[in-house]
Order: sequence, then structure tokens, then C-alpha cells
Amino acid sequence: MLIKKPKRKEAEINGSSMADIAFLLLIFFLVTTTINVDTGIGLVLPPPLEDEDPPPIRERNLMNILVNSEGRILMDEEPYSITQVKDRLMEFINNPNNDPDLAETPDLAIISIKTQRQTPYRIYVNMLDEVMGAYKDLRDEASRANYGVPYGALNENSEQQNQIKDLFPKKISIAEPGDS
Amino acid sequence: MAHFQKKQAGSKQEVPTSAMPDVIFILLFFFMVTTVLREVTLQVRVNLTQAENIEKIEQKRLLSYIYIGPERLPGNTLGEDKVQIDDAIVDDLGSIRTLMYDKLREQPKLIVSLRVDENSNFGLLTDVQEELKKASTFRINYSTRRDPN
Repeated sequence: MLIKKPKRKEAEINGSSMADIAFLLLIFFLVTTTINVDTGIGLVLPPPLEDEDPPPIRERNLMNILVNSEGRILMDEEPYSITQVKDRLMEFINNPNNDPDLAETPDLAIISIKTQRQTPYRIYVNMLDEVMGAYKDLRDEASRANYGVPYGALNENSEQQNQIKDLFPKKISIAEPGDS
Repeated sequence: MAHFQKKQAGSKQEVPTSAMPDVIFILLFFFMVTTVLREVTLQVRVNLTQAENIEKIEQKRLLSYIYIGPERLPGNTLGEDKVQIDDAIVDDLGSIRTLMYDKLREQPKLIVSLRVDENSNFGLLTDVQEELKKASTFRINYSTRRDPN
């Protein structure tokens, strides 16, 4: 009565081509992948002006930078070349000799960049780059003096970093361009 | 004569290949995760300028791009400077405000990355910036390449 069932063959999926399939997919993603990190100069725009007057700023705390359409630079009415900008800015922000014409304290210093509509973007970015460079050097210096490491080595949002940030806040104003 | 007998290793020389699919799968997953498939087709030419003091943006998902540059016309010619957001050229600059405001609602920490051609004028950029201010997307980033030096 009891008939022994014939032993079934075990169902099997052939897995030998799995590696090939994976290889194909791998090659596809290898080719399509672009690992590029976005880099750039970060900036925070000011809120649009309401009809109220801007807060009063003492003249000595403000550095006016004018860049015309040919890329010539005026800093507080004096012509400078792009290579001199950084040193001049660092002197202005830090004011080591307590010059009454330069910023009172680094955190009060404001850099105002004004350009013309025809100014090429490249020149504007170069200018901004110099300003950022000046602040980076100043922060590095302060960080080295206080903590012995460059600013970039401090932990993000740590107390030390915020302290240096408060010491040298980036106050950069991009003025609306003039036409002429 | 002499006993120069070739020494023979006792074991067979074979690399075990059974773990190969696993290794390849791990690589595959890595590239699958890092791949960004959706790239916009640029309708404007953007040659980025170079700068030294730049920062990396780690969180790519916060980014939204605005491209500014001369429009690419058929026949390899370049037209006037135009603004491109996502896949379309924006002719009416006033509509940038609503566009960016909607994006800001979706992603409150939005960073607008401005990819501007190096030969563009500052004028168009400042118009875009004014619109961004009105849309209250204040965090911007001028996309630049790293200086080779």
C-alpha cells in the first residue's frame, strides 16, 4: 500500500551567472558615477531693505570697496591692486596699531563691496575670494594663538569655533551695483 | 648524478572565488548609493571660475542650483546671458521668487548654489540675488573650482 514517493530532484537556481550580472551592473554604475564635491564661496544675503533707514555705522568701521567694470579697485577712495587687497583688509580688520581710521574692533568691521553691472563675474569672485582669504587668515591666527590649532581643525559648532567666529564675524555687504 | 629534484608544493594553488559575487555586490551597492543619476541638461554655458578660499558643501540634498551664462544656441553659437533653473530657462526674472520660495518651503535649510559663467556680467547676477532676497532664500554659494595652485 504505502508506495514510497520517488525522491524529487531538488529545485535549484543556477547561481553561476550571478557574478556576471553583478559585474554588468557594477560597470554601469562605475561609468555613470561622478563623485564630485561641490565647492564654492558661501555667503548669506541680507534681508531685503524695508523702507526704514539702515542702522548707523561709524565711518571708521566701514571699508568701502569699489570694483569697476575694468576690474580696478578702490578701497576707501584709494586705488589698490588685487594682490594688495588681502593685506590691507587684514590691517583694517585687526587694526594692530589702534589707528583711528581703521576698525575699532574686529567684530565691528564691515566690508562693503560695490560693483558695476558690467563688472565681470570673475573679477567679483576674485575680490570676494580675497576678502574670504583675509578672514580665514585672521581666524587661523586667532585660533593658533588660543588653541594651538588652525581654525579648520576645530570641531564644527564647538565652543572654540564659535568663539573665534564671534571674534571675527564675516560682515560682508554686497551693495547694489551702480550703472555708470 | 645529482639530486636535483624539483620541489613541489603540497597544496594546489587556487584562489577561492566563492566570495567573489559578494565582493562585487558590495562594490555595486557602493556605486549605486553614490550615483546621482538625474543631472540637468545645461542650456547655458557655465565655465566656473577659480578661487582659493572655498568651502566644501557636504550636504548635497540642501542644494538647489541656478545656472547663469550665455545661452547655447544650435550650431555651437552662444546667445545672450540667461538664467536656468532646473531644466528650463527662466526669461521672466520675477518668477524666480515664487520658484525659489516653493523650494524653500520644501527644504527650509536650502542653499542656493549659483553656478555662474566666468564671463557673465555682475548685473544679471545681482537681479537674481534681489529675487532671492525677496524669496527669503538667504544662504547662497558661489560655485567655484579649486585653484590648481
